[in-house]
Amino acid sequence: MTAATPSAAAHSRPRPFEGLRMWWMMLVISLEERLAYRGDFILGTLMRFLPIVTQLFLWTAVFSATNAADIAGYSRNDIVAYYLLTMITRAFSSMPGLAGGIARSVRDGSVKKYLVQPIDYVSFLLASRIAHKLVYYAVAVFPFAGVFFLCRSFFPPVPDAATIAIFLLSLLLSFLLGFFLEATLGMLGFWFLEVSSIVFAYMLLQYLLSGHMFPLDMLAGIGTGIPGVSLGSVVHWLPFEYTAYFPAAIWLGKIHGTELIRALVIEAVWVVVMAVACRIAWRRGTRRYSAFGG
Amino acid sequence: MGRYTKIFATFARACLVRDMTFRTNFLLECITSIGWMSMNLAFYLLVFTFTAEIGRGTGWTREPFFAFVATGLIINSIVQALFMPSAEELTEMVRTGGLDGVLVQPLDAQFVLSLHRVDFSAFANGLVGVGLLVWSLARMDHAPGVIAWILYPLLILCGVAILYSLVIMLAAATILLGRNQSLYDFWFYLTNFSRYPAEIYSGPWGGPLRNLCTFVIPILLVVNVPARIIAQPLTGQGWGMVAAAFSAAGASLLVSRIVFQAALSRYRSASS
Repeated sequence: MTAATPSAAAHSRPRPFEGLRMWWMMLVISLEERLAYRGDFILGTLMRFLPIVTQLFLWTAVFSATNAADIAGYSRNDIVAYYLLTMITRAFSSMPGLAGGIARSVRDGSVKKYLVQPIDYVSFLLASRIAHKLVYYAVAVFPFAGVFFLCRSFFPPVPDAATIAIFLLSLLLSFLLGFFLEATLGMLGFWFLEVSSIVFAYMLLQYLLSGHMFPLDMLAGIGTGIPGVSLGSVVHWLPFEYTAYFPAAIWLGKIHGTELIRALVIEAVWVVVMAVACRIAWRRGTRRYSAFGG
Repeated sequence: MGRYTKIFATFARACLVRDMTFRTNFLLECITSIGWMSMNLAFYLLVFTFTAEIGRGTGWTREPFFAFVATGLIINSIVQALFMPSAEELTEMVRTGGLDGVLVQPLDAQFVLSLHRVDFSAFANGLVGVGLLVWSLARMDHAPGVIAWILYPLLILCGVAILYSLVIMLAAATILLGRNQSLYDFWFYLTNFSRYPAEIYSGPWGGPLRNLCTFVIPILLVVNVPARIIAQPLTGQGWGMVAAAFSAAGASLLVSRIVFQAALSRYRSASS
């Protein structure tokens, strides 16, 4: 299967304003879709905070038994604030259905329409994901604001403007990293057709090593078997922590100075690496692709 | 009763044949559930590197706590294997009118709708739970007595009965509302409270929450009572909890039966 010729693509390319109008319509439709079930959606978002309630009591019980003021640099309040902040990070980096959707489009043949249309598939996926996320934030901001207001006593004072700017930058990068990681996994569908097992293995690693379950600073004392190398130091070089732990740790002031810059650079490098990997997987995948399905 | 046992055996055999037809898928499902469970066990192990006990003076040190976790795994795997697949399918049956076919059968509708689908891969977590229980008990200072060993399986059944009642009432909500796509979500968030010892729920917010989850929705009795019986010395308070668990199991089954029958009587067929 080959893509459309450049001349044909140029001929059928929509004018700039038409493109903008199309994206605006997509955004409006997505927003209306969300608002149609707004009660269900807000309730569902609120329910996602419930596991944090049990974590609050669990860590309170742990602190009561230890008499320690902090664990791995985190007070009880810091840990609760950390869990709440990772909910924001996960709202940026999680890409539900992305990898499975790409693999399905390869399996059922629907991906071929992107090969004959003057649309770049990866860009299209990124744009529609941005639209969906924007719509999600527009509605989810209310339950999030409510929960954060109720839990404000767990948070340290609001950090300075520079820290907030770096926090926002890390969130933006976490969105891109989450997108390109999952899109690359989905592209493996060109080779394996069914990627659910690969996605599962990724989710498993992601669940444990992203900091979704606990602040990753707690891994600093866990050995790897290699003298002088802790599990915590290994995890800092992997992409997972940038999808949950890193932005939360920035807001809580757990990472400073050169360490912060180094981590931001690692995150940016991972974004570039995964974006390139995604692009290579798409190129090579479409080259070996045979259009199954009608 | 014998007739229903035979019918359940037929359901189970058919599901086992289906699972064994797709062996790789079955194996993957087992690995999936064990994988998620292992992540949680890793988290608990990490927690115990920072503390010797969950809550001061509660007795939930590392080995008793893992006996608690094992008990939770066993109970949840039974519910996930026997009842959840059927309950989840009910949504689709209500929407498509497939429920009509069940209602015209000369069988108790609740029995068929609760047990017609068995997920054998869910037992994988239960087997790991049994292994974890043996490991924990072998390392504990306190060895469970004969009474504890007699009560433990009975209290596990009580826990299963309470959870089953919750599942079937959520399924009844499906019949009333016509759709309940987030049945599993509700289930997950509700049972989340039963994952830790009841002692952690203390203080001005924890106390009322503990009472709510013990006396109104008895989710805290599900794992706590059998786990306490097997992992900690039996005291006067323990006997009170045993009585509470048996009463809650009986009451839950009764209430769920009433709610489910009421929901069925309001069912209007979706088919022509």
